[in-house]
Amino acid sequence: MTDPVYVTDALIAEDIDAYLEQHQQKSLLRFITCGSVDDGKSTLIGRLLYDSKMIFEDQLAALEADSKRVGTQGQEIDFALLVDGLAAEREQGITIDVAYRFFTTEKRKFIVADTPGHEQYTRNMVTGASTADLAVILIDARKGVLTQTRRHSFLAHLIGIKHIVLAVNKMDLVDYDKTIFDRITLAYRAFASEIGITNFTAIPISGFKGDNITALSDNTPWFKGPALIEHLENVEIGAAADEAKPFRLPVQWVNRPNLDFRGFSGQLASGTVKPGDAVRILPSGKTTTIERIVTLDGDLEEAVAGQSVTLTLADEVDCSRGDVIAAADAPPEAADQFEATLVWMADEAMIAGRAYWLKLATQSVSATIQPPKYEINVNTLDHLAAKTLELNGIGVVELSTDKPITFEAYGDNRTLGGFILIDKLTNATVAAGMLHFSLRRAQNVHWQATDISRDMRASLKNQRPALLWFTGLSGSGKSTIANLVEKKLHRMNRHSFLLDGDNVRHGLNRDLGFTEADRIENIRRVGEVAKLMSDAGLIVITAFISPFRVEREMVRSMLPEGEFIEVFIDTPLAEAERRDVKGLYKKARAGQLKNFTGIDSPYEAPESPEIRIDTTAMTPEEAADLIIDRLLG
Amino acid sequence: MLSSELQTKSLELTHLDRLEAESIHIMREVMADAAKPVMLYSVGKDSAVMLHLARKAFYPSPPPFPLLHVDTTWKFQAMYELRDRMARESGMELIVYQNPEAKERGINPFDHGPLHTDMWKTEGLKQALDLHGFDVAFGGARRDEEKSRAKERIFSFRTASHGWDPKKQRPELWNLYNARKAKGESIRVFPISNWTELDIWQYIARENIPIVPLYFAAPRPTVERDGLLLMVDDDRFPLLPGETPVERSVRFRTLGCYPLTGAVESEASTLSEVIQEMLLTTTSERQGRIIDKDGGDASMEKKKQEGYF
Repeated sequence: MTDPVYVTDALIAEDIDAYLEQHQQKSLLRFITCGSVDDGKSTLIGRLLYDSKMIFEDQLAALEADSKRVGTQGQEIDFALLVDGLAAEREQGITIDVAYRFFTTEKRKFIVADTPGHEQYTRNMVTGASTADLAVILIDARKGVLTQTRRHSFLAHLIGIKHIVLAVNKMDLVDYDKTIFDRITLAYRAFASEIGITNFTAIPISGFKGDNITALSDNTPWFKGPALIEHLENVEIGAAADEAKPFRLPVQWVNRPNLDFRGFSGQLASGTVKPGDAVRILPSGKTTTIERIVTLDGDLEEAVAGQSVTLTLADEVDCSRGDVIAAADAPPEAADQFEATLVWMADEAMIAGRAYWLKLATQSVSATIQPPKYEINVNTLDHLAAKTLELNGIGVVELSTDKPITFEAYGDNRTLGGFILIDKLTNATVAAGMLHFSLRRAQNVHWQATDISRDMRASLKNQRPALLWFTGLSGSGKSTIANLVEKKLHRMNRHSFLLDGDNVRHGLNRDLGFTEADRIENIRRVGEVAKLMSDAGLIVITAFISPFRVEREMVRSMLPEGEFIEVFIDTPLAEAERRDVKGLYKKARAGQLKNFTGIDSPYEAPESPEIRIDTTAMTPEEAADLIIDRLLG
Repeated sequence: MLSSELQTKSLELTHLDRLEAESIHIMREVMADAAKPVMLYSVGKDSAVMLHLARKAFYPSPPPFPLLHVDTTWKFQAMYELRDRMARESGMELIVYQNPEAKERGINPFDHGPLHTDMWKTEGLKQALDLHGFDVAFGGARRDEEKSRAKERIFSFRTASHGWDPKKQRPELWNLYNARKAKGESIRVFPISNWTELDIWQYIARENIPIVPLYFAAPRPTVERDGLLLMVDDDRFPLLPGETPVERSVRFRTLGCYPLTGAVESEASTLSEVIQEMLLTTTSERQGRIIDKDGGDASMEKKKQEGYF
């Protein structure tokens, strides 16, 4: 407790102002601790907090009482109890989520992400690692390098952590034996170089007894250092490296207090910026120069990576949230197709072809994922064939976005290369991703501008294009009513086209089956075709079961506002099954048809369709008239 | 702006610079998805720092949301004074909400125990959020305060009934926050999650942030009860037989309802002295608060599941 690394009580007591002055200049290091269930992770963190005096008497008293009651260390203090926060896990004796701890020494403030070692919780470790500069990988000296050690090291490396500390713990239980420490270090080095970790620092410790934590221990005279804290205090954080990269600022918010001021607020992702610097706004590519760097404390002469500022520009150029302001001579790329590594974080598996929200820096777009090129077994690092990714699955995928995003490879820039995927229905964060590179086909295929616009085509036909999207159970009456609608439109000299589900499966979509992924692709293709037809000025009518809300919303978002008209043919399942025009329900009930909507595959009814047709209350003729009234009225 | 007025900043960001930049980034990120955000303002030192950060985040605009004080009518008089002053200075709208049912039933900390916190604060907060339809509420909680807070996300999701499910938290990666929600659901955002008590004090000193004078030692009328030093802040304080207020030099490390907040004896009357005392002290910050102790070990976690901030 009298270690010089920690708070010097004398200075605090004698000259508090000098102490405060000194402590204002501290830097910040964020690190994670990873280890298996019994490697002593919580004990180590408890020890760090205890030694840095982050534990007060009342907490210590509670700790001592708890240690006797539920502790695992007999009559001695069980430091793990300090950090195991939630009631549920205190009972189970394992950590189940990411917890953040804080302590400070003379040189640095530390934020520790305590991440679980339990098999099911890869997700939490990736979360904790995403903000860390350094990882402490714990190994039980009695057990050596385990499968979990490999997994944690792989994940830390995957997420781009440059500094790895191998803490060989519980040295007290192996009599501080140097040969054991050396053997473990050697085994780890062999494995680490395999996955690309070229550098790590191995330290023999005992979290429980306190060896080599704050100072070198007499129990390990053969170990020349550094002690853990000394290493954490002195390791280079890499702020300088971020500042050396080209300037990038993703715009978060446009600051417009009045007509005379227009500022762009955001946090510098990399580089530095000064008034007068030439910048390029992406994706528009417009160039201008920085006028001022505005803060409440006065204008700045320069801002550096990590700072949150508000910039004003010399020219009135378009710039809004999601845009990136970047060094004019070294702008990042924009693309809409990528290769990326995904870490799947949701109970519901990834669905190839389904649209998810993708958030990268301040950009939000709709993205669809291809089936994985391969999945990575985090224990063996083998590449496995996979059709999807389940919870905690890691794989390499190709993905495409509905509009180009400004990005950099994750290895070059975490802010412009790291993203999350969000389920459009539940709003859950389902995956974390790291972009590798854009795919060439996106780079080289540009949108070709044509002279005749969709408005011109439509006005020649003297009509407004629209997409009447019929959805409903099999046998609900979609095709019958859709056919009537088209006949009536035809009589009224309207140019239309009816895309029928069964017919499309004979041609364009003959390669698709009825799995969830294939059904999604079926709808995506039909959506694209319908979009082309509406661009041509047609009134398009489609009749597909289209059971999933997300896919219907995907098609809606492909068309101009107001052109997608969802027509819900609302026939109760019992009624559709009673009619059973094609005999399909009978087959499905008999188990001869798999994934049949309404039987063993869900139908998600529209929440607020533009038109709802209750087929138990009107005839097909009446329904068709109603739809035409609504379309043309 | 003249060049002589330009500020020079050293290139190496200190821990306070990085914490400040992170908090500002969080506040601005909320504005992207929030329909009707609000900042919960409890008038304590953490609220003072949070408000200061909000002014920095949106300068030269005023922060684009109102302040909400969920009042219990039992705060210290000095808190009400600072609250009104800060609302004026920041140019923000101040909404004060008092649970009408608690008011009508005369709920108070002397007669009603835990019900006081439950009705005025937990219920009051839910009512105020529902009444105004706020979908995002900023709170000044810090992860170092208490064990269950150490695990809460920065964007903490609440069901339509304001419940918190610690097992269903969204993973939070890098500085990417998922602020999407369904109708009726809301999000509590904690922009100073990663600050410690020492960071808060150092920042108050660095930025000259106004705080309630009760944080500094002064002679105040107190009585000792159940091991706590309570301040007799107004004449609603019922003295027990034999109790007479004694003038002691005290200050407060945390501020809440005056009958529930213990003072510490102290001579620290300047910011430096307060920090000095804090660094040399041996008891934790929340120890002066009665609220944590209801229901034993997991009481804060339980309160959060019920909707307490």
